[in-house]
Amino acid sequence: MAVAAIPRRETTVFRTCSATGLKVDVAAERLIIANAVAAVVALLVGGILALLIALTRWQAIHLLNPVWFYRLTTLHGIDMLIAWIVFFEVAGLYFGSTVALNARMVKPAIGWLAFALMVVGGALLNIVVLTGGADVMFTAYVPLKAHPLFYLGYILFAVGALVAVGLFFTNIIVAKAEGRYEGSLPLFVFGLVTASIIATYTLLSGAMSLVPAFFWSLGWIENYDAGFYRNLFWGFGHPAQQINLAAMVAIWYVLAGITTGAVPLNEKLSRLAFILYILFINLGAAHHLLVDPGPSFAWKATNTSYAMYLAVLGSLIHAFSIPAAVEVALRRRGHKRGLLEWLRRAPWREPGFSALVISMIVFGWIGGVTGVTIGTEQINMMAHNTMRVPGHFHATVVGGTTLAFMGLTYYLIPLIFRRELKFKKLAIWQPYVYGIGMAIVSVGMVAAGLQGVARRHWDITFTQAPFQSPVPGTVHLALAVLGIGAIIAIIGGAMYLIVVLASVFTGKRVEPTSPTLVIDPPPAMGYLSEEEEKDPQLQPRGTFVLVLAFLMFFAAYYLSNWWLLGRAWMVR
Amino acid sequence: MIAPPRVWWKPLGRLERSWFKLAFVWCIFLTAMMPLWFFLGRQNVPTTTYRVTAEQFQRQVDAFIQQYQVGTENGFPVVEPPPGSDVYMLARMWQWTPVLKLKRGATYRLHLSSTDVQHGFSLQPLNLNFMVLPGYDYVVTITPTTAGEFSVVCNEYCGIGHHLMIGKIIVTE
Ligand code: HEM
Ligand SMILES: [Cu+2]
Ligand SMILES: [Cu+2]
Repeated sequence: MAVAAIPRRETTVFRTCSATGLKVDVAAERLIIANAVAAVVALLVGGILALLIALTRWQAIHLLNPVWFYRLTTLHGIDMLIAWIVFFEVAGLYFGSTVALNARMVKPAIGWLAFALMVVGGALLNIVVLTGGADVMFTAYVPLKAHPLFYLGYILFAVGALVAVGLFFTNIIVAKAEGRYEGSLPLFVFGLVTASIIATYTLLSGAMSLVPAFFWSLGWIENYDAGFYRNLFWGFGHPAQQINLAAMVAIWYVLAGITTGAVPLNEKLSRLAFILYILFINLGAAHHLLVDPGPSFAWKATNTSYAMYLAVLGSLIHAFSIPAAVEVALRRRGHKRGLLEWLRRAPWREPGFSALVISMIVFGWIGGVTGVTIGTEQINMMAHNTMRVPGHFHATVVGGTTLAFMGLTYYLIPLIFRRELKFKKLAIWQPYVYGIGMAIVSVGMVAAGLQGVARRHWDITFTQAPFQSPVPGTVHLALAVLGIGAIIAIIGGAMYLIVVLASVFTGKRVEPTSPTLVIDPPPAMGYLSEEEEKDPQLQPRGTFVLVLAFLMFFAAYYLSNWWLLGRAWMVR
Repeated sequence: MIAPPRVWWKPLGRLERSWFKLAFVWCIFLTAMMPLWFFLGRQNVPTTTYRVTAEQFQRQVDAFIQQYQVGTENGFPVVEPPPGSDVYMLARMWQWTPVLKLKRGATYRLHLSSTDVQHGFSLQPLNLNFMVLPGYDYVVTITPTTAGEFSVVCNEYCGIGHHLMIGKIIVTE
């Protein structure tokens, strides 16, 4: 990217979007493009690594040797969870604080500084890991030591992200002061504010864990307590996932709006759900410390449950509110028959819609259910560091967040990049292929983990070890499911990259005419009138039945885990 | 993305309210399960922890092995401590030592610690997992309820030989 060649501007230049009527600050647009492109590059690298390590975990193929398996697993975690997700989120924050509010980028130069810090930090991490300086996994648990530049890379990246978050807040405050938008913030931006508040304390905790680790790797500090590091690291690592959660939910509302014209049914409730995230999600660090020596039962139980599962309550609220908003919008357009006609008539060929639906299903039914279950204090004994853990987060941050981000990209390309979307057919199928592949990956991982298969492990058959552990055929089956799902998901990921890269670099320059890709004309967004709100035909009855089914599935999985635990040895 | 209407703090719809109540009750249930199991359940996460240095722990383990060793297997000491006693297992790159021989139904205080980096104690195929950290003596009070041979897999990445690290616990009737 020829970043240096882009001239800086002192005065704001707006263009008016021909499809949405939004005013777009040209300086903001450039920053959004730069961060989005960096995100996609990270996804490309991380995806290649994903294929290699997945084919290694598939025991029948066992592709890489141990050194490269551990090395590339380290890098996969970094390029995906850190680079892809955070670069994309920064693009989203700039979009939300400027374009969505008709506002301006207050200090583009600061945005470029943040971008440079993140690119340098990310590049450093990649180089150090690939040259063998940091075979420590992205968690870098002390006292396993990496090269000092590894910690430095982390710190630079985190500082860059913190600067970007600061710029986001500044943009919003200035926009308000300059009267660029009226009334309250739109829900989407409100969600991003939530994400940014969480990001601020998260990144500070990250600095508290990694700066001493940096000094320790240089020999300036002699001892760094392992338990202490874990607590601080997860004070960063866990809430960081809730940034993704809040950003993803915000994007869900956008996708629902663009593709069906849905508006939040009850702004109060949706906003309350975001506030629950801010208040309680920071406690989640305990999820990673449940079977650590040190903390008491009371500490673990209180923290792991976010006080009283109040952050989970937030998610359960969104789990109803978003599909209900979609249902009401579709019913309003005439699909009123029975419980589920609206679902049959939904715009399944619109990639933003299919991405939304699959993202919600994979996130909630697989990711959410497995997450709450393994995050239960006692049940965690049967899950900690097994494949149940990557099985859980490949449903949340991959099948959920990543897919939502992918869905949104298809709309950003015409609106922000102002390029015609190429290979529209591929884009229509992509969310299905990627989402289904990822669901299979997650299920394979969870199934392996339930049988005790360790995560981050090169050889569960222990061929070169002093003792062997019998590996039943069902374990091999679960790992094969993982591998096959991975191939499908990688194809889905490649489809995304082909569409995006082809459109961005070779797509025809166009002024967008419609916010939707397939649906014509695009659905109009609008709030219900008083009479409509009371119309029995417009109530989200179908959604209510769907969420009841979800709750029953949740209860069945959760309770069967207690049953499993009850059969284990007695332990105290 | 349109701005919300001027007045957006309206009461909830009927179905929304029902779902909200139901979800809240479910969250309370989830919360209640942990203390309930803590008092009534037989499998709870151990919390007893002592500070220990690598040298101290190594000495304790050496003394333990010396006292109760009954044989060797693949170069690892096999130790049969009396039922109900304190037993030790040491983690280091990339070994669990010693091999333990326990009695079904007896209760042991199993001390776990590491003399180098972090390791993960993963008892298979039972699938019970605990973290093993240097500097911490984690006491797992355990009562084997089934007999047989069990593996101790390391499931915290502990360096390039992580997949070589496997130990053994034998439970006899
Ligand atoms: C096609 C897509 C993907 C496949 C097939 C895949 C597969 C895998 C596999 C096989 C592992 C190693 C599991 C283990 O042995 O412990 C792994 C780890 C991981 N993946 Fe993915 N992955 C994919 C996409 C992603 C994405 C998009 C993200 C993040 C947004 C992600 C985040 C992670 C993380 C954080 C780890 C843990 C690394 C560690 O344990 O240190 N993955 N993935
Ligand atoms: Cu180990
Ligand atoms: Cu290990």
